[in-house]
Amino acid sequence: MAAIDVPGRRAWGMVPGLLRGASKARRYPLLPIAILLVLLVIPAIFADLIAPHDHRIGNLDDIKMPPFWVGPDVSVKEVVESKTGKREERQGQILLSDAQRRAGIGEATVVGGSPDQEVSVGDEVEIVSQRGGSTKYLLGTDKLGRDILSRIIHGARVSLTVSLLAVVLGGGIGTILGLVAGCFGGVWDSLIMRLVDLMLAFPSILLALVMVAAIGSGYSTVIIVIVVLLWSRYARVVRGEALAIKQSDYVARARVAGASHMRIMIRHIFPNLVNTVIVLATLEVGAVIILESTLSFLGAGIPRPTPAWGVMVADGRELIIANWWIFFFPTMAIVLTVLSMNLLGDWLRDRLDPRLRNV
Amino acid sequence: MQRYIIRRLGQSVLAMLVISIVIFSLVRVSGNVLDYMLPQEATQEMYDLVEKAWGLDKPVHIQYLVYMGNLVQGDLGESGSFRGKTVSELIASRFPSTLQLSGFALLISTLMAVPIGVIAAVKKDTPLDYLGKIVALIGQSAPAFAIGLILMWIFAVELGWLPASGKGGIKHMILPGIALGWFQVAALMRLTRSSMLEVLDSEYVKLARIKGVPEWKVIWKHCFRNALIVPLTYMGLIGAVLITGAVVTETVFAWPGLGLLVIEAIITRDYLLVQGVVLFFTAGFILINLLVDIVYAYVDPRIRYA
Repeated sequence: MAAIDVPGRRAWGMVPGLLRGASKARRYPLLPIAILLVLLVIPAIFADLIAPHDHRIGNLDDIKMPPFWVGPDVSVKEVVESKTGKREERQGQILLSDAQRRAGIGEATVVGGSPDQEVSVGDEVEIVSQRGGSTKYLLGTDKLGRDILSRIIHGARVSLTVSLLAVVLGGGIGTILGLVAGCFGGVWDSLIMRLVDLMLAFPSILLALVMVAAIGSGYSTVIIVIVVLLWSRYARVVRGEALAIKQSDYVARARVAGASHMRIMIRHIFPNLVNTVIVLATLEVGAVIILESTLSFLGAGIPRPTPAWGVMVADGRELIIANWWIFFFPTMAIVLTVLSMNLLGDWLRDRLDPRLRNV
Repeated sequence: MQRYIIRRLGQSVLAMLVISIVIFSLVRVSGNVLDYMLPQEATQEMYDLVEKAWGLDKPVHIQYLVYMGNLVQGDLGESGSFRGKTVSELIASRFPSTLQLSGFALLISTLMAVPIGVIAAVKKDTPLDYLGKIVALIGQSAPAFAIGLILMWIFAVELGWLPASGKGGIKHMILPGIALGWFQVAALMRLTRSSMLEVLDSEYVKLARIKGVPEWKVIWKHCFRNALIVPLTYMGLIGAVLITGAVVTETVFAWPGLGLLVIEAIITRDYLLVQGVVLFFTAGFILINLLVDIVYAYVDPRIRYA
């Protein structure tokens, strides 16, 4: 029995191999780099050139169009007269007034009749409850008729700039404070580390929300909030590393040779920290994108009409029942970007700094 | 041990005080709160009257002391957007929902993560292990709202098996519970796996095997119970993440808990409510961390002297 070659079995036989390949993906940085380039970097830089439509102004004739591969949703119904004036259509029936209104806007046509035939009782009409997608809008349109693909392309710009700025600023401040705490010790150390403990004792999303409520939402607010949340993670790791490096012989020798604290910090300790900082930065970009999109989703991040991915998801959420594509594509853009960023970060960590495994 | 507890308790109270000052001043920065609360045609006299009645005409540090004095007596002030309700009442009415959802999420994620983690460790480098790794990777890469919306779309909209939002029976809890617990599944599973792998490699397990103890007994009796210490202590930290997640998940699924309350309060600029709920959340967060540290110190004596 088992020897019989069932086609389905052969297909299932590939699953272990696929799973294995997928989980080993972190060893090969090419795939995540490719995804990031296609999804984030290229769209962010060339958004104006490659976006097929205007991302701000939609076409109100083409609202809520599905992606191009989705066909129209058509049903055939029998036209009935309302006797009491109330709605009393049954399954497969439609009221005359309703059918006439829909025929007027081109959503209903009489089966077997000419296109402009009047609808009357007893006719069978074809109702188009959802228009099919067209290649004009590859991923469909939202409730204002704006092209989703174009908005995702422009949204990449938001994600990239916010995450780069936040990581550079937060990482910079955190690294400097961590270096100061680790190298100088004493009052500086306890002061900075108490502050770090305090930051970590605070649920981050709540702090972010209160800060946004306090200073008002906007581009710069989002970046400030993320920097405030981010620096403490760098400071803690960098301080630990700096403390360890300070124990090494070459630092002691530099000190004997008369190097100042400042010189030791910049010339001897910092260069040995660069790998750690780079790995941490890559690992944090994903977290930053998640935080930014979560804030935008909650209405506390990038304000409309800027097409941040989180804002697009929030817009699509209201229409999840009838128009799934409006929330789905921006959601996938976020998930794929963060996933590739994390894969890349894992790979970099294994290459540059395996000690960071548990960060 | 006692000294350690007292020291940690002191630290927690200090952190709470500093955080209350931070929140208090942040909420004050947002401009004159009365602009949002009074109608546009309000006269200067009305402003003065309300300012006086609420004590807003006093210096900020006095306001803070008055607020903290009332807080100690359980009075967090009156909500501006929910007429006639005090902040304490609102928190008391919404907190059970959040607790219920978080508890359910914790239960689901533990029931999912621990067995998968153990199996992944025992069957290391098999398809099951790889599947676990992929689930963990996705869990850490997808924001809570993305998981929530995709679950809602598949199981509520397309398949129609479960309700999409609101509060009701246990059916209403399944989707938000999974969405909230998902991130935990990833972290908890990896912890269980690595901790289990460590124990599987230890001398006493090898001895048990040499003695001829059956494999299932080695795994579940000798390894599992010892491997559980690390994930169990981690469970406390989960409380923290659940709080953060609650804000997002409750918004996605319109779950009437504290997370939704804080969003509503921020949108309506109900400053006393924002302040009260955030303080409550933070206090819970710090309390959980404190309890975890104490339990940890109890389990592992080395920590007390650190």
